[in-house]
Amino acid sequence: MNNSTLIKQGLKRRYRKEQAFRVLGLTSVCIALLFLVILLLDISSKALPAFIQTQIELTVDLSSEQLGLNKDSSNDEIRQADFRAVIRAALLKRFPAVTNRQDKRSLYSLVSTGAEYQLLDLVLADKSLLNQTSTFMLVADDDVDALIKGAIDRRLPESDRRVKNQKLNWIEALESDGAVHSTFNWQFLTSGDSREPELAGIKGALMGSFYTLFMTLLMSFPVAVASAIYLEEFAPKNRLIDLIEININNLAAVPSIVYGLLGLAVFINLFGMPRSAPVVGAVVLSLMTLPTIIIASRSAIKAVPPSLREAALGVGASKMQTVFHHVLPAALPGMLTGTIIGMAQALGETAPLLMIGMVAFIVDIPQSIIDPATVLPIQVYLWADSPERGFLEKTSAAILVLLVFLIVMNALAIYLRKKFEKKW
Amino acid sequence: MNELMMASPMARAKSELTGNQVNVSLAATFEHTVGTPCCDNPKIQTKNVDVFYAENHAIQDVSLDMGANEVTALIGPSGCGKSTYLRCLNRMNDSIDICKVSGDFILDGEDIYAKSQDPVLLRARVGMVFQKPNPFPKSIYDNVAYGLRIHGLTQNKAELDDMVEDSLRKAGLFEEVKDRLNAAGTSLSGGQQQRLCIARTIAIQPEVILMDEPASALDPIATAKTEELIAELKENFTIVIVTHSMQQAARVSQRTAYFHMGRLIEVGETDQIFTNPQHELTEKYITGRFG
Ligand SMILES: Nc1ncnc2c1ncn2[C@@H]1O[C@H](COP(=O)(O)OP(=O)(O)OP(=O)(O)O)[C@@H](O)[C@H]1O
Ligand SMILES: [Mg+2]
Repeated sequence: MNNSTLIKQGLKRRYRKEQAFRVLGLTSVCIALLFLVILLLDISSKALPAFIQTQIELTVDLSSEQLGLNKDSSNDEIRQADFRAVIRAALLKRFPAVTNRQDKRSLYSLVSTGAEYQLLDLVLADKSLLNQTSTFMLVADDDVDALIKGAIDRRLPESDRRVKNQKLNWIEALESDGAVHSTFNWQFLTSGDSREPELAGIKGALMGSFYTLFMTLLMSFPVAVASAIYLEEFAPKNRLIDLIEININNLAAVPSIVYGLLGLAVFINLFGMPRSAPVVGAVVLSLMTLPTIIIASRSAIKAVPPSLREAALGVGASKMQTVFHHVLPAALPGMLTGTIIGMAQALGETAPLLMIGMVAFIVDIPQSIIDPATVLPIQVYLWADSPERGFLEKTSAAILVLLVFLIVMNALAIYLRKKFEKKW
Repeated sequence: MNELMMASPMARAKSELTGNQVNVSLAATFEHTVGTPCCDNPKIQTKNVDVFYAENHAIQDVSLDMGANEVTALIGPSGCGKSTYLRCLNRMNDSIDICKVSGDFILDGEDIYAKSQDPVLLRARVGMVFQKPNPFPKSIYDNVAYGLRIHGLTQNKAELDDMVEDSLRKAGLFEEVKDRLNAAGTSLSGGQQQRLCIARTIAIQPEVILMDEPASALDPIATAKTEELIAELKENFTIVIVTHSMQQAARVSQRTAYFHMGRLIEVGETDQIFTNPQHELTEKYITGRFG
C-alpha cells in the first residue's frame, strides 16, 4: 500500500468528522437563535399594548365662569385655574343621570388624573381656546385603557371584574358615541415615571441611562486604554507591576454590588457627591467596566506583531510614536470589542446603582448628569414591582426600549470598529 | 557535518563520548578569529561582543570593524547569529527582554550603548532593513514618508513627494507602484514589500545601513537593481549586509565576515576570503560543502 491510498482511507473519516462538527455547530447556533426569537417575540407581544393609548373625546366648556379666566389672563393665572372642575362638569354633562356622590366619583375616574394637566398645556399653547366650548381627547384612566385593550374581560361576571357594570355601561355608551379612541402613545416616549400607569413614560430612565453610560464611556475608555498601554508598553517588569496586573484581573471578578457599596461609602458619604445622580452612577460603573476594557485592550496590544514595532523603531520613531502611530491603530478594533462588552454590562447593571440611590421614584426627566435619575434596568425593576396591572405592559415595553438602546449602542461601536479595521 | 568531523579524528573521538557533536567539532577547530577584524578607516568598531538570549549564548566574543564607505558582508549558516549581531549595531535588541548584550560598540568614536546615547537618534543614523519584510499597514506613500515626517526632514509637501519618489525609484519599485501610491503597503508582493522596506530605510539617509538579506525574495532583475543601489549608496554611506548568496557577497562587498555557531571564524578582504580562505570552516562553507 502506498501513501496516497493510506491517505485516501483516512480522508473519509476526516471529512466525516468535519461534517459532524459542522452539524453540531449549526445546531447550537439554531437553538440559540430560536430562544432569542422566542424571547423577543414574547417581550414585544407583551410590550406592544404599552405603545397604544386610550383617549376619551369630551366636549369641555372653557368659559370664563367655569375657570375665572379670559383671553388676557397671564400664564400664571391659567396655571392656578381649576381645570379638574371643567373636566368633571363635562363628564356630568355627558351623563346627566348621575347625581349620587359616590357614583359621581366613579364617573370622574373615567379620565386620568393627568387629563387636567393635558388640558392646561393645550390652553397654554393656544389661549384662544378659552371662552369656548371645544372637544378634547383626554387620556383615559388605566382601567378604561385595560378594558378597551381587552386586558379586562367584559364577559366575566361582575364580581370577578375590576370594572363594575355601572362603569362598563358608561364606557360602552361612550364607545357607541365613537368617543373612545386608540392612538399611538407618544406620552410613553416623552414623559417620566408616574404613579399612574397610563401617564408613566420611559424618557426619564432613557435619559438617565444615556447620561450614565455616556459618562461611563468618557471616564472608563481613556483610563482603561491608557492603563493598558502603560502596562504593556512602558511598565518596568517588577513585582509591583505584577501585583497590579493580578489585581486588575481580580477586580473583573468582584461582584458588582460591592462597587455600589464603594460608591455609597466613598463618593456619596465621603466626597459628598449627589445621591441618585448619573455622574455617581457613571463613576461606579466605570470602576466596574475598567478591568474588562483593560484586559481586552492589553490582549489586543499583545496581539500586535513585534515586527510592526520593530519597523517603527527601525526608522527612528520614539517609543511614544511607535505606540500611538502604529500599535494603537492596530489594537483599536480589539479595544473597541472590549469596550462594547464593558458598556453592555454597564447598561444592564442594577445592583450597584441601587446602592447609590438611583432606585428612587423620579418623575422629572433628568436634564444633566447631576439631576436625580434612574436607569432603564431599574425602571424595569420598579415597574415589575408595581401592583397596578397597567405597569405590566410598561415593564415589557421598558425591556424592549432597553434592548433597542443596547442594539443601537452596539451597532455604533461595531460601525466604528469596522471603520478602523477597514483601513487595511 | 560528517565531513567536518572526518577532518579531525580527535574531535570525532570526543564527540562520540559526549554526544555533543557540533560544539566539539567547532571547539576542536576554532581558536581565534582568522584574518583582519580591524580596518584602517572604521565607521563602526565592535570588541568582545557577547549576546545571550536567556541561556542561549548566541554571539560569542566577536570583534569586528566595519569600514566607512565600504560594504561589509556577513555570511554563515542559518542560525549562526548574523541577524543577532546586526541588530546589536542599532540597538534593536533592546526591545527583546531576554536579550543581553555586552561588549564595546563604537560608532564614529561614540559608544553606541552609552547612557547618553539616544536610541532614537542612533536608529536615524543607523538604519535597518529587516530580514522579514515588515511594511506599515499604511499606504505605500506613507510607508516611505513616515520616517521623513517624524524626523521633520522636509519643508513642504512637494519636497516630501520628491523624496518619496526618489527613494522608491532607488529601490527599484517606483515604476511598479507609481499609479497606486495610496494602496496599502501590505498589499504588495513579498519582493515588492522588501523593496518598499529598503525605500523606507534609505529615505531618511542614515549614515549606516544594515541590510538583513535584502534580496532573499527578489528575482534576478530586482536583485541586480538592489546590488546597483548598494554600490551607489556605498559612495556616501556605510553598509553592512547579511546574505546567503556567496555570489552576492562576492559582487557587492569589500570585506566579508564568516560567522559560525555564534563565533566570527574569519574576516578579510572579500577577494581573499573567496579565493583563498584561511580557515577550513570558511573554505567548506564557501565551496558549498556544508551549511
Ligand atoms: N528573539 C529571539 N529570542 C530567542 N532566541 C533567539 C531570538 N532571535 C534569535 N535567537 C537565537 O539566536 C541564534 C541566532 O539567531 P539569528 O537570528 O541571529 O541567526 P541568523 O544567522 O540570522 O540565521 P538566518 O540566516 O536563518 O537568519 C539562534 O539560535 C536563535 O535561536
Ligand atoms: Mg537572520
